[in-house]
Amino acid sequence: MSSDAHGAAVPQVPGLKHPYHLPDPSPWPIIGAIGGFLTVFGIILAAHFHNYAVLTAGGIVVLTTMFFWWREVVREARTPGAHSPVVRLGLRYGMALFISSEVMFFVGFFWAYFNFLLFPETQGNGQTVWPPSTVHTFDPFHLPLLNTMILLLSGCTVTFAHHALLEGNKKVLVNCLGLTILLGMAFTTCQAIEYSHAPFAFTGGIYPSVFFLATGFHGFHVIVGTLFLIVCWFRARADQFTPDRHFGFEAAAWYWHFVDVVWLFLFVCIYWYGAGAIAPE
Amino acid sequence: MAELTHGDDHDHAGYGHAAHGHGAHDHKPGFVQRWLFSTNHKDIGTLYLGFAVIGGTVGGILSEIIRAQLQFPNNHVVTSGQEWNTIITSHGLLMIFFSVMPALIGGFGNWFIPLMIGAPDMAFPRLNNISFWLLPPAFVLICIGLFMGESGSGWTLYPPLSNATFEPGMGMDCTLFALHLAGASSILGAMNFITTIFNMRAPGMTMHKMPLFVWSELVTAFLLVLSIPVLAGAITMLICDRNFGTAFFDPAGGGDPVLFQHLFWFFGHPEVYIMILPGFGIISHVISTFSKKPIFGYLGMVYAMVAIGVVGFVVWAHHMYISGIDVDTRAYFMGATLVIAIPTGVKIFSWIATMWGGSIRFDTPMLWAIGFLFVFTIGGVTGVVCANAGIDEMIHNTYYVVAHFHYVLSVSAVFSIFCGFYYWIGKMSGRQYPEFWGRVHFWMTFVGVNLTFFPQHFLGLAGMPRRYPDYPDAFAGWNYVSSIGAYISGAAFLVFLYVCFRTFTSKEHVADNYWGEGATTLEWTQTSPPAFHSWLELPRIK
Repeated sequence: MSSDAHGAAVPQVPGLKHPYHLPDPSPWPIIGAIGGFLTVFGIILAAHFHNYAVLTAGGIVVLTTMFFWWREVVREARTPGAHSPVVRLGLRYGMALFISSEVMFFVGFFWAYFNFLLFPETQGNGQTVWPPSTVHTFDPFHLPLLNTMILLLSGCTVTFAHHALLEGNKKVLVNCLGLTILLGMAFTTCQAIEYSHAPFAFTGGIYPSVFFLATGFHGFHVIVGTLFLIVCWFRARADQFTPDRHFGFEAAAWYWHFVDVVWLFLFVCIYWYGAGAIAPE
Repeated sequence: MAELTHGDDHDHAGYGHAAHGHGAHDHKPGFVQRWLFSTNHKDIGTLYLGFAVIGGTVGGILSEIIRAQLQFPNNHVVTSGQEWNTIITSHGLLMIFFSVMPALIGGFGNWFIPLMIGAPDMAFPRLNNISFWLLPPAFVLICIGLFMGESGSGWTLYPPLSNATFEPGMGMDCTLFALHLAGASSILGAMNFITTIFNMRAPGMTMHKMPLFVWSELVTAFLLVLSIPVLAGAITMLICDRNFGTAFFDPAGGGDPVLFQHLFWFFGHPEVYIMILPGFGIISHVISTFSKKPIFGYLGMVYAMVAIGVVGFVVWAHHMYISGIDVDTRAYFMGATLVIAIPTGVKIFSWIATMWGGSIRFDTPMLWAIGFLFVFTIGGVTGVVCANAGIDEMIHNTYYVVAHFHYVLSVSAVFSIFCGFYYWIGKMSGRQYPEFWGRVHFWMTFVGVNLTFFPQHFLGLAGMPRRYPDYPDAFAGWNYVSSIGAYISGAAFLVFLYVCFRTFTSKEHVADNYWGEGATTLEWTQTSPPAFHSWLELPRIK
């Protein structure tokens, strides 16, 4: 598959200049790695000694790295010759592979969930049903259904924005992208409301463990996706996307669809199929 | 702000550089720019290789301590069981994540994938650099766990051994987070490798013309992208159990410790192929070069690796035969596991068929390659034995299993690393290694590792369990032999360091293709060492 695109991108006579982008040395990778170290070591210090200084420093270093590194990438995207067609294809491979690895991360949490759903007797405390008989679950057709509708609608609006972008209609692009961002924020808000009304505590055993980590990591990914879309909104306003060159937007849309699909699995498998005794309002 | 301005200027220089690569053909940046901020696949590969030597040295010192303790019954080199447990845990993790993987994937992969496919660099050079720089912090975290003596779970990290009740210290958390960082490094590196291989092959180099080493790294990279995130999920749950009150693996809260074993081995089994597949690639090149014949059955070799990679994802529970899983489940995993012997056999026999009728030269790299065939076959045959669920009931967690996986992983993987080292060190450094000392290194290692690990089969069959610091007197004889073997391998490693010293101080420079007509891949058309940026003009493959 790649060789076709490849053949199109690379001139077919020997001794030709390569079409790739070779960035100059950059301080951000090593600073980012130090930030990663400070962050994880900070989590350990916070958990064991309630010391949050290192964690805070790590977060700041990581966020700073992201800002400056990706600002560099955005600038390169606008520099003639840097992001040639074959380089843009490489970016697509990269994003697709990153999302694949994210999918496998969620596979781990769904594996934990299905382990107990399909084999409830593996619960170590003698429970033989899933959800455990001691747990009241959420009504799937209350806030979770609303959230499903919100995310599905946001998937539509981001596609609408994409079509507007392909048509060169900046006004509709910016508005639909803005609407997508608002829907993403609405989802996060609903999820926060839901968490605050949870009929079980985070430390209340295996059901809350699986529920909160699966939905919590999804929620975190929604926030990351929303930030990605916000960056695209500013870039759209600044006329950085053209109908034939807008991979930053597409990557954000891919990511957004990915969090959307994960939510559909969460909704169907955990909220709906895995519903037990419904918690009273 | 000063830094920003600097960055801006630099960027402009960078684009100029890319556009007029010729003028700046061998321009190397200053020390900090070159080694800390690097975006050059060869320099990053060199960093990985140096790091692998450091990781291997620390892990190797731990093995010598292990064998010193086990040399005699009732020995007291290691003073407490907890200390012992921490040493074996760190030995395993250091060797896997901080020696074998950095050498085979980060080191040789970075150096030779772009050279072999005719690409000027990796697809994402900055991502390449963060892939490397995430490893030293992870190494520091592992060492914190080691020196605090608080990570005694074994490298498999099974709860309850690794939970807050039995391993409450922060050292265990350091070890777990070290794997998070090393895992992130591997995932980013693997994405980079796949993108590079799919997207940056020289014109005319179709997938089926790609050198086998590149194929091996491609399959490895897919295994990394798909398996490491599952480990990340598992250790995230474990960290939450330890620190934040969840109950994933805690039966008291309704959790299931066997769930961790499933998640761990869904990663762990592909991981063992991650460690050996790049070695397969290196061995193919070396055997072909020194037999002066193209590899026998190229496509069979390619798809054998792909098959090993695919089937490797559906055999994980053969590590869990005695965890209480159902007998039908065991029957499936046994059958699936035995299937892997088929593509592996395809590889072994194709290597032998490549040598058949060839004009064979026994230079140091070829010695390592043939040594690899020997030790990998022994490890493979014992693997077929272990795969049988009924037999495994007897030998699970004994030294038989220790002998098996050290033959395939440590010995075979390390033989392939040294094989690659002697094959390519002239290409990488431009200097000639001392042939005599290379052979001394090989023979000492070969005798040492076989003396170390072969007797462990006997110990295991006699019932000696792994991970204990002591044993009954009946096991004393073969343990003594095994320890002597470990000292010989340790001495052989010192010979390797001497070989490195002699090579890097050598005045003897090597030609572009110092192995002659048997070496046919693209890296041999470059100078030794290659220019700082190679393939700024793309080669065209017929």
